[in-house]
Parts: sequence; structure tokens; C-alpha cells
Amino acid sequence: MSTLEHHGTYTPTSGIGKWIDARMPLPRLMYDSFVAYPVPRNLNYAYTFGGILSLMLVSQILTGIVLAMHYVSSTELAFSSVEGIMRDVNSGWLLRYMHANGASFFFVAVYLHIFRGMYYGSYKAPRELLWILGCIIYLLMMATGFMGYVLPWGQMSFWGATVITGFFTAFPLVGEWIQQFLLGGYAVGEPTLNRFFSLHYLLPFMIAGVVVLHVWALHVTGQTNPTGIEVKSKTDTLAFTPYATIKDAFAMMVFFAIFAYFIFYIPNYLGHPDNYTEANPLVTPAHIVPEWYFLPFYAILRAITFNIGPIDSKLGGVLAMFGSIAVLFVLPWLDTSKVRSAVYRPWYKLFFWIFVADAVLLGWLGAKPAEGVYTTLAQIGTAYYFGFFLIILPLLGLIETPRRLPNSITEAVLEKNGAQQVSGTAAASPETRG
Amino acid sequence: MKNIIAKIGAAALALTLAIPGALGAEEEAEHTVHYPMHKPHELDWSFAGPFGKYDKAQLQRGLKVYANVCAACHSLELVAFRNLEELGYTEEQVKAFAANYEVEDGPNQDGEMFTRTAIASDYFPSPYENANQAAASNNGAVPPDLSLIAKARGVERGFPLFVFDIFTQYAEGGPDYIYSLLTGYEDEVPAHVEVQDGLYYNPYFISGAALAMAPPLYGDDVEFDDGTPATIEQEAQDVAAFLMWAAEPHLVERKEMGFRVMIFLVLFSAFLYIAKRQVWSRVEH
Repeated sequence: MSTLEHHGTYTPTSGIGKWIDARMPLPRLMYDSFVAYPVPRNLNYAYTFGGILSLMLVSQILTGIVLAMHYVSSTELAFSSVEGIMRDVNSGWLLRYMHANGASFFFVAVYLHIFRGMYYGSYKAPRELLWILGCIIYLLMMATGFMGYVLPWGQMSFWGATVITGFFTAFPLVGEWIQQFLLGGYAVGEPTLNRFFSLHYLLPFMIAGVVVLHVWALHVTGQTNPTGIEVKSKTDTLAFTPYATIKDAFAMMVFFAIFAYFIFYIPNYLGHPDNYTEANPLVTPAHIVPEWYFLPFYAILRAITFNIGPIDSKLGGVLAMFGSIAVLFVLPWLDTSKVRSAVYRPWYKLFFWIFVADAVLLGWLGAKPAEGVYTTLAQIGTAYYFGFFLIILPLLGLIETPRRLPNSITEAVLEKNGAQQVSGTAAASPETRG
Repeated sequence: MKNIIAKIGAAALALTLAIPGALGAEEEAEHTVHYPMHKPHELDWSFAGPFGKYDKAQLQRGLKVYANVCAACHSLELVAFRNLEELGYTEEQVKAFAANYEVEDGPNQDGEMFTRTAIASDYFPSPYENANQAAASNNGAVPPDLSLIAKARGVERGFPLFVFDIFTQYAEGGPDYIYSLLTGYEDEVPAHVEVQDGLYYNPYFISGAALAMAPPLYGDDVEFDDGTPATIEQEAQDVAAFLMWAAEPHLVERKEMGFRVMIFLVLFSAFLYIAKRQVWSRVEH
């Protein structure tokens, strides 16, 4: 169901409304996309994270632009300019904490959004391009977050940048050249900081552009829903406004309340104390760790401790780390199942939740020193990560017996409500509500 | 299906039980010591919790400890004298306090740098010209600037404490560490610990068994204006609170604003939920 089917429901009544509509149908586009646009009626709260992510992107951009008015991206002044923001700029402390914690909450929302997509098969045909656009947004987010963390020029900023840019030397022949090209020198320094600031300012607007494409692709195919069955008739859907609007608004407010709790009461909980010490190229911190949202990939990187033929362990680790993100892009083609939603795929559901546990385990391991039993666990975790995508998903589609699917979304909703009425919740039934 | 779940559950359980055993074996085999050797003491701070506030009298005592003891080696370059009005001092008192210090200024008309008496808008001057001079006077170790030390130090809390910390709002790891370090020096060095010359044994130190800073406090190092007995514990706690203020001067404003924001968000969420229920009551879903 594309927006084209609804062309014509927008009828401007005001003079100015008609004037604009005849010249540039932007209000019509907004109306068709966010007012009249049909959404499945059985969407649950897992589907609210898209809206939450848009809110977080706007929040990061607005706080970031104001912060950029006071931040100085030179190695001499970066650290003290951030402290100037914290101490002297009016509400600077609030802007800084909103921006720093905002990055973390942006990633919380994106991980929940991705896991929703994996659970309900949102990546399956005809939404493969939608999924790939999402992966591109994720990649851009990681680049933005990485560069943003370098800007305060604390110990973790500097040494995290040193470690991550060091990866490129793993590539044979061109590795060192690439690294020096990126750094603007032989080591992380003034040119690096300056260009990271420039790119950190640029990338969010590229993210916004890809988000527009992402929402466009979504509106062409329509949302999936927890049953995984496509929309078949008008009774399967509801208009976006007021139904999805109010539900998204409520979810955003709850998310914002948790976000605010961190900003106002535990603003440094997700950070590392070492980043409150100014960067010192001559003193290496005891443990160099990235921000929490990179930890699973950090664990995968350090898990490859052995050589595979001509590929030494350093290069192997880098390839595994990039590979773990690259494999997401081809997920629509790895999963061979004709059934979309995990609700009707008991085996997939099990392996999915093990995958979630694996991701959390890898995250925990990413913060641990890379030795002893931690390395072994990381290797097991990495093996499951790749095994899930490259072995389990292709095989499951072929051998799994799915549960009986309902015939339509409407049927699924009526079945569910029928069960509720039978179990005696008459007070909650639609007919008796005022 | 249930069989598979049971088997995986058993494997997961076995793994969970095996890890601590494996870790224990690792530590015994390598005798790796984790620093700090002792976890910091957890004190009650006036600024802890959602309604925490700085105790201005305590901050004033802490300032005195910093100025009379710590400032000999440690700079406080992000704090300006004018900020001290937050401790309850008047503008005149702050000017008089600043006048005790000399800062470098210039160049003058002749092109020369000169020293002059500090005014309220100046920042605390560093006791050393540069890092090399600082290191030369301190056994090769540079005494860190203390403006952010209360946020720059934190000992890993471990599971499950780090989960509970979200709900108890534990954000005082820095002051707890500073207090524990200052009161944690021990003359008796245990047999298995090796302490280099010029270093001082302190089991609360985060980076090793001993540090280059000699015990700075013994008790009665300063005389408090409000008559509080200057025991080592009192001095350490007061200076740790002062350093927390130096690191996070807007803490009280942040928590007060947080309270109003949380009330609004909770009420507005409830309101939106009621609205959502009302809107959705018209349809089957």
C-alpha cells in the first residue's frame, strides 16, 4: 500500500492552504505521510523506536550545534573549552550532558530498533532496501559517535582514537598509507582532531538524509507487524494520526524520562573517569576501552588471536570486526524462511534470544582485559555471532516447521480480543468504553 | 523443543558455574593483583542522592585544606577566584582571598611579562611553571591538576553493584576514592609487596601498590575557622567534598532541575497514556 493510493484525501480548506498546495505540495506530503498514512492496527511498542530515534537525532543535532559554538577543536584548547562549556556557558552543563548521554541513548534506541527488525523479519522482501538503508544509518552513527568521543580530548578520546586508527595498519601494503591519510600525520594529533570535528558536524546531516530515504522506503512498502503477514484490506490498518501519533508520543515521553534520569542524576555513569584527564600521548591508560555501544565489536576484534594462513591475527581481527557489521547488510538474503515473524518460528525465536544474550556477553567481554578465559569466551561468542547469520539462518528456513499463520491481521486482532473477552475482562472490551 | 531448551539451559548453567572457578585458577597461577588493593570506603556525602546539596561550611574547610596543604604541589587551574562566592563568601572576601596570590600577566608596554596580585577573575595559579618543573620537584611524577580529580577517579564497582548504582544514583566514587587515598597510607608494608625508593605504600591507590605522593595529611594540618577539630578524617572528607565542588560546581542546580523535569515527564507520560487509551478505545487492536 503506497502513499499514491491516498493521493486526494488531503483537501486544504484555508486560502493559504490551497495556495501552497497548488505551488508546492509539501503540506500534502506531510499529510499523506503522517496523518492519513495507514499503519497496521496490531503494532506493539517495539515499533515506537523509529519515532524515538528521530527525536534523538534532532536532540543531538540541536545540542551539538550549540555546543559547537563554544567548542574549540585544537589540542591545546579542546579539553578546557569543554570545561568552559560545563562551567561558564549558560546551561552548558545541561547541553553537554544531554549530548553525551544522548549519544548513548541514541544507541540504546537503535539496538532495540534493530533487534525488533530481526525478531519480526522486517528485513525480508520487499523491505531489503529499507533494511540496508538502516544499516547505512547505523554505520554513519558509529562513525559519528567515534569521532564525537575524540573531541573532548581526554585520555580515552586520544587513546581510543589511537587504537581504532591503528587498525588500518593491519591491511598489507596500503595499511600505513591509509592510516596516515586518515590521521593527517604519523599519530593522532592536531590535524586528526580538527578533521574529526569537521566530519562529526557533517555526518549527522548525512544521517538525516539517509533517514529521509529510510522513511520513504518504509512508506512505499508499509510497516511490517507482529504477525508478519502483509496488510490485505482496510480493516487491517488505522490512520497514522491519531493512533500511531499518540502511541509514539507516549513512548517518546517514557524514553525521554529515562534519558532525563541519566542526564540529571547519573550523567557520568555511562562514561569513563579517564576521559576527565586531559589527553597525554606519553601516558597510556591501564585499560583502553571504547564506549559501551562499541564493546561487542571490540570483543570480536580481540577474539581473533590466531593466524589463518596468510592472514595474521591482527588483520584477522580487523576483518572479523568489519565483517560482523557487513554481515548485517546481507541479512535479507541469508534468512531463507518464507515466514517473516519470529512469533510463528519457534526455533528461530530460540536462536534469536541466544543471539541477544550473545551480543550482551560480547559487550561485557569487550570491557574485560583480553586474556585467559575472557578470550576463550569471546571466541565462542564470535563463533556464535557469525554462526547465527551464516549457518543457522540459511538452514533454519529450510528445515523449520512454522506455526500456523493467521489469515490476516484483522483475524489475528479479533482472535486476540476474542480470547480477552472470554477470559472475563468485560470492563476493558471496546463496546463498553465510554 | 523443551528438551533443547533444557539442554541449553544446563550448558549455560555449567558455563556460569565454571567461569569463577577458571578465573580463580588464573589468579592463583599468575598472582595478578588488582589495584586498588582495597576498595574505597563509602561515606555519606551531603551532595549524594537526588536532593543532595553541598555543605558550604564543609566546602570552606575543604578550600582551606587545599590552599594550605595541597596547593603547594597541585594546581586548580579550572577554578577562578570568583567561583568561590558559591562557597558563601562575599565579593570583598573573594577579592581579599585572591589578593594573597600572584599571577603572571603581560606583556607590558616594554614587552616584558610581569607578576601582579590576583583579582577575582583570575584562576588559581599553578605552583609550577610547567610540567617538567613539576616532575623535577616530585620524583619524576607530575602532581595532577585537581580541578576534575573527583570525576577523573573511579574504582570499578563490579556486578551486581553497577546495576544497583543506577537506582541508588551512586556518583560519589571520586570523593570516596580521594578520602580513602588520603587516609589510607600505611607504615607497615606487607611482606609480598615491593615498594620502590621514593614511593609510599597505599593500598587504596588505583594504579599500583605505592605512589609518589608522600602522605599529605596527618591531622591538625590546618586550623578550621569554624572550630571543627581538624582530624585527618575530617580534613580528608572536607577536601574531597571541596574537590567534588571544584569538579562539578553545578551539581545542586542539576539535581534541582532534574526533580522538576522528572515530575513533569512522569505526569506528562501519564497524561499521554490516558490519551492513548482513550484514542485506542474506539478500535479493536
